[in-house]
Amino acid sequence: MSKHRQWIVLSLLLLMLGGLIFAYKVMWLGFPVMPDLTSKAWTVQVRLEIQPEDGPVRAELKLPSRSRGFTLSRENFISRGFGLTLDEETFRRQADWAIRELHEPRTLYYRATIIPETGKRRFASRPRNPQTPQLEEPFATALAEIVANVREESADTESFTASILFRLNNTGSDENIKLFLSETEESREFVRLAQKLLAGAGIPSLQIHGVMLQNEVQRAGVRTLLAVYDGEDWMLFDPVTGHQGLPDGFMIWWRGDEQLAEVSGAQLQDVQISIKQSFESALELAFERVQLKNSRIGKISILQLPVQTQSVYEVLLLVPIGILVIVFLRNFIGFSSFGTFAPVLIALAFRETELLKGILLFILIVSLGLFFRFYLERLRLLLVPRLAAVVTIVVLLMTTISIISNQLGAETGLSISLFPMVIIAMVIERMSVVWEERGALTSIREGFGSLMMAALAFLVMSMDILAYWVTVFPEVNLIVLGIIVASGRYTGYRMTELVRFRQLAGGKG
Amino acid sequence: MLGKMPGRVVRLKRSGVLGLNRRNGDYIMKFNRRRFYPLVDDKVLCKKRLQEQGLAVPDLIGIVRWMQQAAQIDELLKGNSEFVIKPAHGSGGDGILVITHRKSDYFVDSAGVLVQHADLEHHLTNVIGGLYSLGGQPDVAMIESLVHFDPAFSNLTYHGVPDIRVIVYRGYPVMAMTRLPTRQSHGKANLHQGAIGVGIDLCSGITVGGVSGNDPVSEHPDTGSAVAGFRIPHWSRIVSMAARCYEAVGLGYLGVDIVLDRDLGPLILELNARPGLNIQIANRRGLCERLDAVDELETEGQTHEKRVAWACKTFGEPETDLLTHTPW
Repeated sequence: MSKHRQWIVLSLLLLMLGGLIFAYKVMWLGFPVMPDLTSKAWTVQVRLEIQPEDGPVRAELKLPSRSRGFTLSRENFISRGFGLTLDEETFRRQADWAIRELHEPRTLYYRATIIPETGKRRFASRPRNPQTPQLEEPFATALAEIVANVREESADTESFTASILFRLNNTGSDENIKLFLSETEESREFVRLAQKLLAGAGIPSLQIHGVMLQNEVQRAGVRTLLAVYDGEDWMLFDPVTGHQGLPDGFMIWWRGDEQLAEVSGAQLQDVQISIKQSFESALELAFERVQLKNSRIGKISILQLPVQTQSVYEVLLLVPIGILVIVFLRNFIGFSSFGTFAPVLIALAFRETELLKGILLFILIVSLGLFFRFYLERLRLLLVPRLAAVVTIVVLLMTTISIISNQLGAETGLSISLFPMVIIAMVIERMSVVWEERGALTSIREGFGSLMMAALAFLVMSMDILAYWVTVFPEVNLIVLGIIVASGRYTGYRMTELVRFRQLAGGKG
Repeated sequence: MLGKMPGRVVRLKRSGVLGLNRRNGDYIMKFNRRRFYPLVDDKVLCKKRLQEQGLAVPDLIGIVRWMQQAAQIDELLKGNSEFVIKPAHGSGGDGILVITHRKSDYFVDSAGVLVQHADLEHHLTNVIGGLYSLGGQPDVAMIESLVHFDPAFSNLTYHGVPDIRVIVYRGYPVMAMTRLPTRQSHGKANLHQGAIGVGIDLCSGITVGGVSGNDPVSEHPDTGSAVAGFRIPHWSRIVSMAARCYEAVGLGYLGVDIVLDRDLGPLILELNARPGLNIQIANRRGLCERLDAVDELETEGQTHEKRVAWACKTFGEPETDLLTHTPW
């Protein structure tokens, strides 16, 4: 690789790296691109009322496990006196409460915060092929006939399932279906029946139970869907409508034939699921997702630092952006200033004082400082002590301005303390040299040039969106670095040169 | 105004105007190796190196390195009453003090202003402290003998010493100009302070016309003499000295500043590793074309005579044209 092309590769690498991390955090971890976004979260509460009988009591509750579109962020259990054990698998989570003796009715609570999530994951593990149900006559023949009929009308597992569900729901003429339906009452049984028919055709199926997270509900019903395995992946069917796919807002809770809650040694008087909606900061939710997914990249964030350190880094991380502005102003526009990056530091000070007041204070201090500097020149002090004297004078000036403005009740004067006094002292020194060597006009013009660059850098750095981006997506600075590297090889004209060399633009002289 | 800009970029490119970014990126960074910089950035080192190579420079009277020496300036001066104080690492002409003679206890500078002994000392300590050096590093003050400028120029200058700048690219002189001090520039040969830049034909040494700032001028504002059509004395020696600086300091993109002394002829005042681009305005011509012409040669290791001859043949214009009319 030639040395002269490496910068392109380096720049592209930096841009890509920064861009990829950014994209990963936005698309996979759901970091909000804009500040102050909120996103919906749900609080789901299960309330179990238990009426004791004699002896030890055990209560089992299925807990929300992996779902598509939602993920569990926090959960807690309220179960005074009960011992709690959790049984956790990917597709099956269960809480077991136990107590040796219970004398009075008791309510057990389970509460979970569910947050929306992107990404597609499997509903359930790969199934085994089902056993063909062993049925007595006339069921066996009826089953065989249904399977034969439906198979004739369908092409694959999907259409087969849809057709079965259609027949179950529209029992017009099919005597065989009627025979089966006469045995079932509730919808749960209905699904079980569909499973039986599917098993007859050798198709694996599974009950998927969950709740709809759409509205706030005091007493939410459990909805059961039918999952069918087509040899590669699970497909979900609404057993009543026959619609395929996961309904919007459906959170998978548990799988299989079991009940939500089962109690032994006591009576389960009531199971109540209530759903509440809450709005949480999208950013906070993203960080919860980071924790849940244990994403290393997501964990690299200054928001994990102590708060005071954070605010320091928020400023530090903005510096490259300010510097990018300076690079642009110098190498593309053609500005010049006292001190290469002094304008950035002055711009940082403006963050505290606001722009207009900051500019006024800067002009005030620099002109007073210049005045004293000219006086010191007459004393013929040596360079370093003179610089030190200027710094000290700048500090004293800043203090005086603060005190006076405080007495006048203006708060801006107080924030002046953040002015980079050494930088200001250097600006004063440089200005006075230029003043003597090149004249007052040049000096003042260059001084204003620096101030203007500072103001522009400030305007860019004070964009809320940028401050948000550098804190939440520090990798933005990799992109900034990439741009800076690339602009380092910009060898075209600066805008001021178009004016400077205008006489030469007319072709040959 | 902004609407015209894109068109102007194209036109500037067509006329081969070199911009700062390109000068830095494609020429200075490529051909000026860092380790050779001290040879030009330190004027004391530079002077010694040029002397070793047999190139004429103003004599070094002394060097002031410590504050104490500043107080004993008289010893250092060894009776010299005319001299120039320069920061060894100065840039852009800052910090240069020219003393033309002494009047009893005072020194008199080039503008005729009386300078006290203490003023001189203070100036020296400022220089040593690094006030004028890049980055503010401590510096040394160089005292060299004053150049008595050639009276040939007297019609074309107001106070001060006009100097000649030659851009030498990979050993080949590619463009030249002279900078004429004016009243406005306070006798300094600095274009942005109001001195006039006058382009010079590289072969004959005849001036081709001047600019003040960005505007064309045909005569010197203070003396009224025409700036074009003036033949600079000792021209072939000047160009050949400039070309030899390439061997002396090894920098591929070099600005050589030369002054004409009444008695000593051309003297090299200083070298510049980052020569400015105003020379293009003074010559009404972009540098790129000429730099490209040198690049096409690919003949490293030519003698300086051959390089100068080539430059003369390639960049020179017929003398009759130059003397009869002003190109612009």
